[in-house]
Amino acid sequence: MTKLTDLTITEALQGLNDKKFSAVEITNAHIAGMEKARGLNAFITETPDVARKQAAESDARRAAGKAGDLDGIPLAIKDLYCTKGVRTTAASHILHNFVPTYESTVSQKLFDAGAVMLGKANLDEFAMGSAGITSAFKPTISPWSGSDPANAARKLVPGGSSSGSAASVAAHIAMGATGTDTGGSIRQPASVTGIVGIKPTYGRCSRWGIIAFASSLDQAGPMTRSVADAALMLRVMAGFDEKDSTSVDVPVPDYVAALGKSVKGMKVGLPREYRIDGMNPETDVLWQKSAAMLRDAGAEVIEISLPHTKYALPVYYIIAPAEASSNLARYDGVRYGLRVAGESLDDMYASTRFEGFGKEVRRRILIGTYVLSAGYYDAYYRKAQRVRRLIRNDFEEAFKICDVILTPAAPGTAFAIGEKQDDPLAMYLEDVFTVTLNLAGLPGICVPVGLAQNGLPMGMQLIGKAFDEAPLFTAASALEKAANFTHKPPLTA
Amino acid sequence: MTIDQKIVAKIASLSRLKIPAEEQAHVAEELNGILNWVEQLNEVNVEGVEPLASVNDTSLRTRKDVVNDGGKPEDILANAPASTADFFTVPKVVE
Repeated sequence: MTKLTDLTITEALQGLNDKKFSAVEITNAHIAGMEKARGLNAFITETPDVARKQAAESDARRAAGKAGDLDGIPLAIKDLYCTKGVRTTAASHILHNFVPTYESTVSQKLFDAGAVMLGKANLDEFAMGSAGITSAFKPTISPWSGSDPANAARKLVPGGSSSGSAASVAAHIAMGATGTDTGGSIRQPASVTGIVGIKPTYGRCSRWGIIAFASSLDQAGPMTRSVADAALMLRVMAGFDEKDSTSVDVPVPDYVAALGKSVKGMKVGLPREYRIDGMNPETDVLWQKSAAMLRDAGAEVIEISLPHTKYALPVYYIIAPAEASSNLARYDGVRYGLRVAGESLDDMYASTRFEGFGKEVRRRILIGTYVLSAGYYDAYYRKAQRVRRLIRNDFEEAFKICDVILTPAAPGTAFAIGEKQDDPLAMYLEDVFTVTLNLAGLPGICVPVGLAQNGLPMGMQLIGKAFDEAPLFTAASALEKAANFTHKPPLTA
Repeated sequence: MTIDQKIVAKIASLSRLKIPAEEQAHVAEELNGILNWVEQLNEVNVEGVEPLASVNDTSLRTRKDVVNDGGKPEDILANAPASTADFFTVPKVVE
């Protein structure tokens, strides 16, 4: 019999329905996996007791014929989602002791569908990073580092910011995970750990109860080991929420129904501006191979142009810090989290914030404050917002001649902890292929397509039109089928 | 535009971040690196282009102006570093 930790969500739901195993058995297998793989540091807080209780309730529901769409499926929840009664830190010292008294809308939807929470997954502090190394709770290590990652000679990063989510799904500790994506934080870690991750259209999932980084860019999404699992999870996570003023009131299509449909006649655009300097040559090879796979499946591959691509990262590094500096103003040591005593009220604020925030977070708050300050607002912030419109216009033009766009998801494979850390700009380049979508609000899915010569996974990104994720799932499932990525990391549960 | 230690001190104060004096030169250097890099946006002609603040062009929804939540001071204060009765407390601000 297949190990319970090797099942996809789709397979597990089938087995539960067929009474081959129980939700309690699945959950226990994953809890054992979580304990075995503690060296990954994938979780900030493990919640085995919550998981066992939820699993028992799930079995009771299924027995009563009342099972939900994800009933009994054990998930890792990124520690940016507020969970009622369970510590939620954003991987920051400033929230080290924060226990929410409410549940985020998306995690509530997952629990309402019967999902089981294994724990709160590690991440970059306030989701600011591309390697998981800015966490105040120590970096997450990729299961691709070796069979004993904690003692590996070269400890590889699982990407970021959804580092613990990616590592736990790749290592089969969790069947799926929630992530959030502000500039690539779902798709880049998915790419370097060999899993699937989708950032839906901005407004598709509620942001309510998810700790804010950059509110005009943040979106929640699932991370899984198959495209079908991502479709299942997103169908539950998506939907209008009146508590989020930017959530959009449009029907959620049945993404599962879009899987396996033919891509015959689908027009797939390859943007010529995504062939950038310094790109790993293997990335380019795999990109062309992936295009050929879709062509062989019946799609028509065409070259397109997104002329303002090279300006997306600089635009992002003005807009995201500006919004972050405003969002993070709330951490002042008064209402929740860390308080550091000071000589005056102002001194208490400043001492609390200096000690509570890590280096990268402080850097972004300072940049954000600067670009929003009097005298610089027009030169930086408004300028960036104008170029942001040009970037979105590029996509609107491109989608007049194609249905989906295919690009690499990350410039290369996973790097080691310690690399790219001296220069913030080198780290920022990790998001060069993903950040454009956040600025334009578009959906993007990462699908693993192969291994590089160093034995590490690489993923491709498919980009769709706003609120049109269904064709994206169709194309992603075709690419998944053709690529047939079955590689596993050296460590699995 | 070059950020010097004086500007770092000013934005640190605006950000309520107590950056120690000995770290300010290094912070200035890092911020200059990032700002020099974003200068490439000056190559782009944005004449007549409206700034894009949010990708959803629809105007924000309104709702009835009614109380729909509240009455739970214990929840609100549950994570407070310091509180007295139903209030958050802070260091003395009035002599």
